[in-house]
Amino acid sequence: MGAHHGPAKGLTRWLFTTNHKDIGTMYLWFSFAMFLLGGSFAMIIRAELFQPGLQIVQPEFFNQMTTMHGLVMVFGAIMPAFVGLANWMIPLMIGAPDMALPRMNNWSFWILPPTFLLLASTLFMDGGGPNFGWTFYAPLSTTYAPPSVTFFIFAVHAMGISSIMGSINIIATVVNMRAPGMTYMKMPMFVWTWLITAFLLVAVMPVLAGAVTMMLMDIHFGTSFFSAAGGGDPVLFQHVFWFFGHPEVYIIILPAFGVVSEVIPTFSRKPLFGYDSMVYATSSIAFLSFIVWAHHMYTVGMPIAGELFFMYATMLIAVPTAAKVFNWITTMFKGSITLETPMLFAIAKVFLFTVGGFSGLMLAIAPADFQYHDSYFVVAHFHYTMVAGAIFALSSAVYYWIPKWTGKMYNETMGKTHFWISFIGFNLTFFPQHFVGLAGMPRRIPDYNLMFADFNMMSSIGAFIYGSSQLLFLFNIVRTITHGKPVSDPKVWEGGTTLEWTVPTPAPYHTFTTPPELK
Amino acid sequence: MYLQAKRLLKLALSPVLMLLSLFSAGAWAETGARWQTNMTPGITEVGHKIYDLHMWVFYICVVTGIVVFGVMFYSVFAYRKERHQEPATFHENTRVEIAWTIVPFLILLFMAVPATKTLIQIYDTDDADLDILITGYQWKWKYEYINPNGDNISFFSNLLTDGAEIANTEDKGSNYLLEVDEPVVIPVNKKVRFLVTANDVLHAWWVPALAVKRDAIPGFINEAWTKATETGVFRGQCAELCGRNHGFMPIVVNVVEEPEYEAWLGEKQAAAAEIKELMAKDFSLEELVERGKSVYTSSCAACHGANGEGGVGKAIAGSPIATGAMKDHMDRVVHGVPGTAMPAFGSQLNEVDLAAVITYQRNAFGNNMGDMLQPVDIYKFKKGQ
Repeated sequence: MGAHHGPAKGLTRWLFTTNHKDIGTMYLWFSFAMFLLGGSFAMIIRAELFQPGLQIVQPEFFNQMTTMHGLVMVFGAIMPAFVGLANWMIPLMIGAPDMALPRMNNWSFWILPPTFLLLASTLFMDGGGPNFGWTFYAPLSTTYAPPSVTFFIFAVHAMGISSIMGSINIIATVVNMRAPGMTYMKMPMFVWTWLITAFLLVAVMPVLAGAVTMMLMDIHFGTSFFSAAGGGDPVLFQHVFWFFGHPEVYIIILPAFGVVSEVIPTFSRKPLFGYDSMVYATSSIAFLSFIVWAHHMYTVGMPIAGELFFMYATMLIAVPTAAKVFNWITTMFKGSITLETPMLFAIAKVFLFTVGGFSGLMLAIAPADFQYHDSYFVVAHFHYTMVAGAIFALSSAVYYWIPKWTGKMYNETMGKTHFWISFIGFNLTFFPQHFVGLAGMPRRIPDYNLMFADFNMMSSIGAFIYGSSQLLFLFNIVRTITHGKPVSDPKVWEGGTTLEWTVPTPAPYHTFTTPPELK
Repeated sequence: MYLQAKRLLKLALSPVLMLLSLFSAGAWAETGARWQTNMTPGITEVGHKIYDLHMWVFYICVVTGIVVFGVMFYSVFAYRKERHQEPATFHENTRVEIAWTIVPFLILLFMAVPATKTLIQIYDTDDADLDILITGYQWKWKYEYINPNGDNISFFSNLLTDGAEIANTEDKGSNYLLEVDEPVVIPVNKKVRFLVTANDVLHAWWVPALAVKRDAIPGFINEAWTKATETGVFRGQCAELCGRNHGFMPIVVNVVEEPEYEAWLGEKQAAAAEIKELMAKDFSLEELVERGKSVYTSSCAACHGANGEGGVGKAIAGSPIATGAMKDHMDRVVHGVPGTAMPAFGSQLNEVDLAAVITYQRNAFGNNMGDMLQPVDIYKFKKGQ
């Protein structure tokens, strides 16, 4: 057997690999580790907020926890997890032997572990880690930042490089390596959503790099981009940040849309409804994401014309998003549905993401946002979209594809248990946060008035439930790999129609070395 | 048309509303009720409009949600494999798809119209009866009443809650973390314009009952306004992360009848005049230490410790500054240390309080310098720079 037919042995397999499956696996494990790390930060936050008064941590550390929780979850957990899925699944779904740029793929991944090690190490530095929120508004993140901010900037640059290379790779793969006969409008929806996401990433990660570079200049080289005293403007920071930040939230959610667009047809045994309109809706959302950024800044003192423009543009996003939700539901309508774990997570994602969409629509209404802005209502909203929208889709994806990856079936009872505990824990955590937010509780505070105490306690209990359910998830995955029931049917799921269900199970190290024939 | 549609919708939704009101009964009337689940309509016309808009959009979401989730859960229930073996094969319908693109768009118009009207009203800051300049500091608010016919009066508003309550060694009061030493006082039924800015980092001035939230940005001045229709005490908090004590810089607004406001203003002006007089006075060491102690408690203790033992800030007890040259000590307090948490108190405290607190620091916590400062020394020091 030639060396190029199978994986190398030992550590070098992982260090030097250019195989899309190996790299996908590493991305997924890395993101799961970051998910647990970011989750443990969240547990500290919720433990402190369990009761009014300061019990467990001091405000300085609390601020570091909220900051690191956001950074690690967004950049360390959710984004790399979807890149991992893209690595594994895009070549399999378009009938390609590997990613277009395999060596760059290796580097995209291996930038991440040292980057997050660096970011996490700031917690042990003199003055503590980043404490200015994951949105790092200047001048709190420049003039008033702890010395570790420089390491934070370096880490953001590095993860940006990783993301940009990853997305260039995805674009190159999808554009050049589709099997003969797979036109763009025949690509699986997951591939479509990732193609659009990759363009978003290439467009906005450099903007983030620009923002942190200006911070670096302000901190170390005496410029005043974000300081009014030197002729700059702190609000400029927010414009630049959210020009990145708003597309960023769609970077997180679009691949999640892609996942449920695969899972729902499979378990409904019925083709995805409105494929073409899904493609157009996804593209519209991506386009709109570039012209709505200042809805994060309604209270910043924009002129009314700007305020109105961003309000109208933001409200428009409801149209393509609603179309997608209607498409998923119509896919289920008159299908033949079974409720395995991936389907449960996918349905819950559609349900809870739509709830987050409703609160998003409320937040879009600029006058009302004067009451919602920076309150816990916002925290509730974005966790409905980020956790239920993205993490539930990721759980769904892992259960959906793990038999193909490992050749073993996960434990269905444990999977469903994981789902129900997650579902209950999640809602118990975040639904009451709508209430405290509307009642006037600002976000990012370590202590609060007694009037918020009951709902905060509920929220903390929910968070502990949701957090511990992820250990069950981990256990189920490990147990699937070690003790799972072997599966050999290439199709795995009765309703699977995309190309990954045509290769053997488990997927061999090299697949589609000759392109498949499309019927 | 919008109002009519709203009335119809309210009628159709009355069962849901009743359920919701179970959750929030009584909570809307007063601030600070436990289990409050909804936004307060507050005590201003704009606040009520925002509240109505919020509920209107919320009702639309509830109706949409009932329909959409109804179809979804019906499908999951009715088309389970055990009931429905043969799935249909349809996968597109252009008419339906166009319809469900246009309908949401039309619904959005019903939200956009009232939202635009309310926004225009919020932005109308003209013709105010009174201007108050609000400056956010780490971690307190400064209020300055602009007086076109004389001196402005200004004061700082600090958190009043005792550290022991925060540390859980004492029972928490009902206004825990929402109480200040000096509330901002405004007259009822007068249009008050707030000019909002910040001294160091971003802050945001938020009082839910007034429906005002504006970012406080160093180097820029934002405008907002309110016209309270009821008297009472209304509480809010800083809404923009501003560092360590972001959760500990509340806002208290005291809305009073105009005569009461005038009386309060008169007192404040008299106090300012008194400070002016005190400027020229020769204080004894005891007087300075006594006054300095209370200044220390409100302005220094949070960072330097109640007994000068240090904390975020360096220890005062035995510090080389507080036991060193007077000029260095004045410089440190008046100008602060740029780039650190030590602010320049020269712009935050008056000369009398500065002289008192410096004298106190040199003669307390075991520091036994025996020297003292008069307000005029501070005045000269500031001018000499």
